[in-house]
Amino acid sequence: MDILANLALGFSVALSPFTLFLAVCGCFLGTIIGALPGLGPSNGVAILIPIAFTLGLDATSALVLMTSVYYGAMYGGRISSILLNIPGDEPALMTTLDGYPMAKQGRAGDALVLSGVASFVGALLATVGLMLLAPTLARVAFFFGPAEYFALYLLAFCTLGGMASNNQAKAALAACMGLGIAMIGVDSSSGLPRLTGGNLHLFDGIDFLVAIVGLFAIAEVFFFIESHGKGSSIGVKLDKVRIPWKDIMATKWTMLRASFVGFIAGILPGAGASLGSFLAYMSEKSIAGEKGGFGTGVPKGVAAPEAGNNSAAGGALVPMLTLGVPGSGTTAVLLALLMTLNITPGPTLFTEKADVVWGLIASLLIANVVLLLMNVPMVKIFVKILSVPAWVLLPGVTMISFVGIYSLSGSYFDLLLMVGFGVLGYILRKLDVPTVPVILGILLGGKMEDALRRAMTLSDGDPIYLFSSPIAIGLWVAAIAGFVAPMFLRNILKKPQAVTD
Amino acid sequence: MASDRIFGLVCLITAVAYIAAATQIQTNLFSGEFLPKLFPLMIGGVAALCSLTIMFRPDPDPDWPVGRTWAAMGVAVLVLCVYAVMITPLGFILPTAFAAGILSYQISPNVKPAIFAGIGLSLGLFVLFKFALGLGNIVAYKVPTAAKLWDALTILIPFVGH
Repeated sequence: MDILANLALGFSVALSPFTLFLAVCGCFLGTIIGALPGLGPSNGVAILIPIAFTLGLDATSALVLMTSVYYGAMYGGRISSILLNIPGDEPALMTTLDGYPMAKQGRAGDALVLSGVASFVGALLATVGLMLLAPTLARVAFFFGPAEYFALYLLAFCTLGGMASNNQAKAALAACMGLGIAMIGVDSSSGLPRLTGGNLHLFDGIDFLVAIVGLFAIAEVFFFIESHGKGSSIGVKLDKVRIPWKDIMATKWTMLRASFVGFIAGILPGAGASLGSFLAYMSEKSIAGEKGGFGTGVPKGVAAPEAGNNSAAGGALVPMLTLGVPGSGTTAVLLALLMTLNITPGPTLFTEKADVVWGLIASLLIANVVLLLMNVPMVKIFVKILSVPAWVLLPGVTMISFVGIYSLSGSYFDLLLMVGFGVLGYILRKLDVPTVPVILGILLGGKMEDALRRAMTLSDGDPIYLFSSPIAIGLWVAAIAGFVAPMFLRNILKKPQAVTD
Repeated sequence: MASDRIFGLVCLITAVAYIAAATQIQTNLFSGEFLPKLFPLMIGGVAALCSLTIMFRPDPDPDWPVGRTWAAMGVAVLVLCVYAVMITPLGFILPTAFAAGILSYQISPNVKPAIFAGIGLSLGLFVLFKFALGLGNIVAYKVPTAAKLWDALTILIPFVGH
């Protein structure tokens, strides 16, 4: 009953005509952002944060708007996967495996509606799971001291590096880059500048928004200049869109199982939505066996990764809200949003700012329903938007990024820094170095160092203190296992390659 | 192979420089002698280790773009940098039209659509930001003095600007 009372509180916060309007706008915008190739949830949400911030919305409204964009982008990612065989973001890669073949069979409309329903089921179940699990985990989190928090942040970097990338050394190096950048600025305890090289602009530190927008959005422009915007035309025509009841009923168990698998994957700090959709697809493939025909365009192959992906996105909110550790690139961006709004995630969030948390959860539910209602009848409009040519889209995205960052600080220095991060992002992605750990490092660096410093102060500089409690030891073991195990599992769990024509 | 070795070497040098800088961090009575340096030193150490690993166990080379594409990307970076320093002295519309137009031309080399994209994006985004979203610090245009323009450009020249 506690949950229902809390949920009522959440809806009382989130369900006003104005916030509903924001939710509809956010969902619409988010679906477009997710659908446009080269603009995924991470960079979509990233370029909108500074703008949402300068609009002067209050915390709840800004949260409703941005979570709608977030969920919308998760929905939208499937449109370009299915029609163009181009995943809008990494988790959507699994959807191309069966979605594109299905579209080539002339069932593009069915695939789109089915994946929309699967997304809805996954996201809905994950939100319910979030409501049940998060308050419990928040209570556990009260036992966390500085040693445990330090180990937890380490776990996030290790699992992210271990599972989400192909080369552990590169992922760890990326995390170090982020952490190293986070150290720049005035030190909180001594009040003296650190690692600024005497540059006055760096005394404030480097704003994570500058880094996020640079690494995600500006870097994309360079990729498009390299490819000259090829591959942004419509691949498959869309005919009449009907609701394929038969397919939906036939895949109901697949959706439920995939949602469960995705949610678990999402909860793991650092693993996130890519792992969720991957595991959901692979487990359904092995359940269906050879006769299932996965990879040839079967409805189950479309429903499983979409349900898993959206459910993992919800699951990733559990560690983000209760412990302040995001589970994926997009949740890292959402964490950046919360920090911009001066909301610090953590166990106390659930007791001290119950209205914000439950308002957020209520807005997730609202966004989900809005998206389902919007996606089935309006899918044709979103498909039209896919045909916006790259030579308008990318300059537009760049200019919006510049305006967003400029409106935050009004300083040319941040803009130059953003261009620098764009170049860095291009080089890193070319060299197969993941950029999400960089963002996570910048976001969590300060907190991780705080935890370490507190632990060292409490123990009078004794490093053994870091391994002094069962929780801390467990987290250290999990961190090392999460970093090392994928090296051995890589040969067994091979990522399926995208379908080629 | 070669790219990863170069990348590892660059990162290793950066990491060593970072460690050197970290040992020079100023401390005082409140922070203690060691704590402000501890975490940066740890980061530098791990980064150096990773760089060595990348140098000695490199991945296959990615498909690097050819010379002309590099030049195009260099131009794009230059345009974005000039845009970043010009938006304050010249206002929004003129620099945006140029920057968006050039970027558009680089993605798809057709002159007319690029001009159209530049002017359209600049005016459209200005109306959107100024009137629909009400962002305060964007100004349509400014007429700068030559000295101010030069001041802004010197930011981009190393050791001359501020």
